[in-house]
Amino acid sequence: MSRQSNRTTDSKKMNAELFTLTYGALVTQLCKDYENDEEVNKQLDKMGYNIGVRLIEDFLARSSVGRCQDFRETADVIAKVAFKMYLGITPSVTNWSPAGDEFSLILESNPLVDFVELPDNHSSLVYSNLLCGVLRGALEMVQMAVEVKFSQDTLRGDNVTEIRMKFIKRMEENLPAGDEVHSRICVPC
Amino acid sequence: MAIFSVYAVNKSGGFIYQYDNYVHRAEAEKTFRYPLDCVLKIHDEKVVVSFGQRDGIRVGNALLSINGLDVNGKFTADGKEIIEYLKDSTNYPLSILFGRARLSSNEKLMPASMFHSLFAIGSQLSPEVGSTGIEMLETDMFKRHCFQTLTGIKLIVLTDPRQSGIDELLRKIYEIYSDFALKNPFYSLAMPIRPPPQCRCWASPCS
Repeated sequence: MSRQSNRTTDSKKMNAELFTLTYGALVTQLCKDYENDEEVNKQLDKMGYNIGVRLIEDFLARSSVGRCQDFRETADVIAKVAFKMYLGITPSVTNWSPAGDEFSLILESNPLVDFVELPDNHSSLVYSNLLCGVLRGALEMVQMAVEVKFSQDTLRGDNVTEIRMKFIKRMEENLPAGDEVHSRICVPC
Repeated sequence: MAIFSVYAVNKSGGFIYQYDNYVHRAEAEKTFRYPLDCVLKIHDEKVVVSFGQRDGIRVGNALLSINGLDVNGKFTADGKEIIEYLKDSTNYPLSILFGRARLSSNEKLMPASMFHSLFAIGSQLSPEVGSTGIEMLETDMFKRHCFQTLTGIKLIVLTDPRQSGIDELLRKIYEIYSDFALKNPFYSLAMPIRPPPQCRCWASPCS
């Protein structure tokens, strides 16, 4: 994994295995501390949220993506730009709901779960729940309230990993100055 | 130096960062004999020239130091009141430095918050939908560039009117903010950023 940067002098690469090991150590320690899968899932989501609110600025600064006009555009940007930039994978966007406010991200591979096997006593643990928090936190900073959860997980025997994202509402009270007019056009179509 | 200042304002209009780079060009030091021919007055806890502009000393300039010692508001470095001190002929001849008053952080906070409100009004007054707000405010002495991110942080740069390439600078500052401020886990979002004294990361793109 390399740090995406416009600065030619900055080319730090980090070993992907170290990242997987770090995340694994984090989850196992949380399991030991909380001893309850639901609680661990909640903590992972909270941690992901804190990452997301900061990561969004980094993403906006480096990708020069403008404000998305609708939820479909948001989905495309998340799948094709954001996931590519940070995890090096490009999930596919599928299973749109008829109202256009829900979609699925299908991940063929998930760098967080390389070599991981869930033991039987942790059957309700959502191992990569951090990702849900990251997406939620990041979108909240651009005034979009969403619900994110894993609907399929390869660690629990499914074929693919599927993240389901649902648009809740546009957060009007946090809009930056001058963006109020956007609320009239930015509805999921 | 063509970049005078860099400010950052958060989503609610609070000041989170300031960096001033301007050289105080408008300073004049002169030796005076009794009686003083400039008329001084107290304004905002500072001693300023109200009449008697000459030789580089302009109306509105503040009294910055007497005989090389910086003054403290309306008192000298030793604690004497300046106006009284200057009325005493035994203290003369003395050398006084006049110049543009340096703003304290509180004094800078108010214009920054006011700009935030102006920015909001400016966006709403736009005849076209989807305005990005005030991008540049130009005067004869400086240009004030503003860049609002999608998350509501405003990055403001004051530059020389002839300086170009500010859009790139603003993007670069945004990148640096997202790195140095946000990647520090102990930094709380929307709180003032206090760089350590030895950190010059903000200064380097300005040079």
